[in-house]
Amino acid sequence: MPDGDALPGAFRASAFIGFRTLFYKEVLRFWKVGVQTVAAPVLNALLFLLIFSQVLDRRVTVYGDVPYTAFLVPGLIMMSLLQNAFANSSSSLIQSKITGNIIFILLPPLSCRVFYGAYVLAAVLRGLLVGLGVWAMSMFFVDVPLAQPLWALAFAILGGALLATFGVIAGIWAEKFDQLAAFQNFLIMPLTMLSGVFYSIHSLPPLWQKISHANPFFFMIDGFRYGFFGQSDTSPWLSLAVIGGSFAALAALAMLMLKKGYKLRG
Amino acid sequence: MADVPAIHIAQLTKHYGSVQALAGIDLDIARGEFFGLLGPNGAGKTTLISALAGLVRADGGTLEVMGHNVAADPRNARLKLGVVPQELVFDPFFTVREVLKFQSGYYGIRGNDDWIEEILSRLGLLAKADTNMRTLSGGMKRRVLVAQALVHRPPVIVLDEPTAGVDVELRQGLWEFVKQLNADGHTVVLTTHYLEEAEDLCGRIAMMKAGRVVALDTTANLLSRFADLEQVFMEVMRHA
Ligand SMILES: Nc1ncnc2c1ncn2[C@@H]1O[C@H](COP(=O)(O)OP(=O)(O)OP(=O)(O)O)[C@@H](O)[C@H]1O
Ligand SMILES: [Mg+2]
Repeated sequence: MPDGDALPGAFRASAFIGFRTLFYKEVLRFWKVGVQTVAAPVLNALLFLLIFSQVLDRRVTVYGDVPYTAFLVPGLIMMSLLQNAFANSSSSLIQSKITGNIIFILLPPLSCRVFYGAYVLAAVLRGLLVGLGVWAMSMFFVDVPLAQPLWALAFAILGGALLATFGVIAGIWAEKFDQLAAFQNFLIMPLTMLSGVFYSIHSLPPLWQKISHANPFFFMIDGFRYGFFGQSDTSPWLSLAVIGGSFAALAALAMLMLKKGYKLRG
Repeated sequence: MADVPAIHIAQLTKHYGSVQALAGIDLDIARGEFFGLLGPNGAGKTTLISALAGLVRADGGTLEVMGHNVAADPRNARLKLGVVPQELVFDPFFTVREVLKFQSGYYGIRGNDDWIEEILSRLGLLAKADTNMRTLSGGMKRRVLVAQALVHRPPVIVLDEPTAGVDVELRQGLWEFVKQLNADGHTVVLTTHYLEEAEDLCGRIAMMKAGRVVALDTTANLLSRFADLEQVFMEVMRHA
């Protein structure tokens, strides 16, 4: 009589293989529809770039002598990266929940850490691909320096992980696509738009400058921009601390939801 | 070890809002059994299976798979269990073979291609192996669900109405396959509304109604007083 381990050809489970498989599945899921998940967001960002640069480039400079279009590029890269990291984990989870195929992930012995890690890493990868795409395409239109590449990379990864984690939370919590769309339209979009993607907050009246400092997206964009120009509205260390702290808090919340089986295991 | 049952259920309760889906289930299923779980719609069969698989949390009671507690040691409990769900769920992004490779990987298994090919062949899925799940017929999707449940060679296999919407040929093939798995030592638990199937296949049967087990005996004993299982079922349900 078989006890799993004694079965002929029985297998020793490995958490790493579970993680690698789930990560690969999540990557393949967006890669198979890459036109929609990577190319389209890159095109979107380029349209912003073309329109705004056409209107403003000759008139506006930032940080003294940075042309507006160059200033705009890191903001657009980061905005696209963040939105797509969120979109990937949240839409994958809600789709699996609604179609019911989430059970294929709930039945196997995948730990919460593996579950969380695979979804977040795949979402970060999509964000980075979109960001790289925007950056590469922008080179055809404008010269942007890259003064502190490590800072830029750190903010790209950490910001992506933060939004991917937020996507996991939203994807678990939401029961319908419109709830997810509400997150996107009423939270993510306004917060990114008002975070200084399109302007330096020093150009704002003092009250709005203060308000901007309550917006975590401001720190992500500002820190990322520091990587390009070596200057920013606020210290990159402060931005790093704010984003690192927010990420840790959201990651803890996501892990707690997974451990409790919140909305996943009825 | 040998007398640890394949499935041990004690005092299991579960409610959804005001519905008492499981109202205190006690059930032991020995290793190597071919066990039937019968009952009318809404009796609680799927809820019981979901609790066993860790898909829903029980309100109270004990659940063990091969001696591993579902709540305290979910990792091992899940490794030992393969579940064919009642709902026809599938992932529209992938092909049949991709789905099986992923499922195998989730269980932490490396290099499982030979077994995957064998399952594909035994379930008549070879010709569809590289077809996208979305374009398969309902019966074909059902076969893939069976294949997904077997990919990690679980010692305990639970099939929740696996033959609903499946053609005669697969039904025969599926039961041949499952019978052989059972002969090889796998414990099989089956729910079905086709009582002749249960009569032919199951050594022991539990009948559920409104979240309780209302009859539990060997198929032979259940049949001793009646012509067929359908009459037994009607009789049990009338008096329960
Ligand atoms: N997610 C849920 N939310 C609320 N009620 C539920 C849920 N799942 C099941 N129920 C209720 O629990 C009871 C048992 O349902 P269950 O699906 O376990 O029955 P079943 O024996 O599998 O029936 P069937 O033969 O139709 O598959 C039913 O009254 C059902 O309506
Ligand atoms: Mg059912």
